Amino acid sequence: MLREMRLVALKDLRIETRVRVGITQILPFALAVLVLFAFALDTDQQALRTYAPGLFWVTVLLAALLAIGRSFAVDLADGITDRLLLSGIEPQAAFFGKAAAIAIQLVVLEVLLGFGVVLLFDVTVYRYGLLVSAGLVAALGLAAAGTLYGALVAGLGVRESLLPLLVLPVTAPVLIGATRAFQDAFGVAGAQGWAWLGLLVGFAAIYGVFGALSYGILLEEA
Amino acid sequence: MSLTTVLSRQNATQDTQSISSSATKALGWAALVGFAILVVLAFAWVPADTRITDQGDVVGQFDAVRLMFVHVPSAILAYTGFGITFLASLGYLRWRTDWWDIMAASAAEIGVIFGVLTLVTGSIWGRPTWQTWWEWGDVRLVTTLVMVLVFIGYLAVRRIPANAAVKARRSVVIALVGAANIVIVNRSVDWWENRTLHQQSTLLARKIRDETLFTLTFAFVVGATLFGWLLLHRFRVGYLERQITEQEVQKAIAERQAESAAHDTGSLTQASNPTGQIQPQSKTSP
Repeated sequence: MLREMRLVALKDLRIETRVRVGITQILPFALAVLVLFAFALDTDQQALRTYAPGLFWVTVLLAALLAIGRSFAVDLADGITDRLLLSGIEPQAAFFGKAAAIAIQLVVLEVLLGFGVVLLFDVTVYRYGLLVSAGLVAALGLAAAGTLYGALVAGLGVRESLLPLLVLPVTAPVLIGATRAFQDAFGVAGAQGWAWLGLLVGFAAIYGVFGALSYGILLEEA
Repeated sequence: MSLTTVLSRQNATQDTQSISSSATKALGWAALVGFAILVVLAFAWVPADTRITDQGDVVGQFDAVRLMFVHVPSAILAYTGFGITFLASLGYLRWRTDWWDIMAASAAEIGVIFGVLTLVTGSIWGRPTWQTWWEWGDVRLVTTLVMVLVFIGYLAVRRIPANAAVKARRSVVIALVGAANIVIVNRSVDWWENRTLHQQSTLLARKIRDETLFTLTFAFVVGATLFGWLLLHRFRVGYLERQITEQEVQKAIAERQAESAAHDTGSLTQASNPTGQIQPQSKTSP
């Protein structure tokens, strides 16, 4: 199963490295959102510093929607889902492989966007361990939920509007937990960062299990 | 009386547009009368919630406590609706029949109605009690909102013009994930006790007045009656929708078959007249 998972993940990452939509479109989009937040919140550097964790995660969430939607659009257009089924790959392996590829893309996005937040919003990191842990676990949770719902709306013809409607509410715990953890890491609020990390772990575990269990049903009819 | 019997009787009387039976009419009236009694009990019988502290200060929820008679049953019934959706979704996974699918969809709609009612009444109650319309730090509040939004998404999937079986299977996945949210909602007070404004259960701790307890219990009964009435009617509407869709499909198939038969007849006529000349119509005497 691990080998199949690796194959699926590498397939998605290879497509991404060849077309570079993430770097040329999704990352610039995310940076544009950060700039817009600065415009919306005035030039007050203190306000931007205070709200930087939340703004960062809202931006990641919006960019993640694009990445998830695009990943499934490629699969659908090229009939990759059918080929995966015909090749006999385990649905669980396909789910974890796709989620891993999306998580890796999100981590890269978070790193680059993190530099943007540090430069544009003038934040200082006090707890690197918490920052890295929360970033990784939140990416895993977002990827698991995104992969599940991406497969769910694939082929329904209303992906653009339905995916955000389904994904945004369920990822609210990630947004809350990751924002609180980052607030602690940035030293902008007295949130119990490690406790909120527990919420992120629980979220990733729940969606990992549900996604693995239901991916086969969703793939069959996509 | 089975649903099939009810529907066949309604079909027999074309002028009857109602989806109710005598039993559901009785249920509807019981809910209506019960609600009227509840209003009287809540506003005329139950005293305002006040307590005097050791320092002599008067504290409590005052008249806002009366909202509890709508808020608490609504919350329980929203959970019930989503719980039924969860169980019916499991039933659909096991038996793959329309009955389970329609039940899941019906319960979700009613769950969303009661969920929204919970949030609205909770917000109105929170203003005088917590001095805020909304408290973002309260995990139960936020997860309840998330739960309602998840099931609004569930209903959106239900509205997609797609194959019924495809929608049913995808809805099952959303419902099962939504059920995980219900667990989080229920346990959140214990998990994040020091971060919630919600009080612990006053029912179990017996910190509630007798009049309030009686009225709250009565409110549960009224709410459950209303819930049952809504669920039965929504289920019947869903069943009739399926029947209509099925009839339309059968009608469309019959039309295509008729067209195909007419086309075949035309081809045969043309084959018997290879010159392609139009034959004069023969005059027939009346």
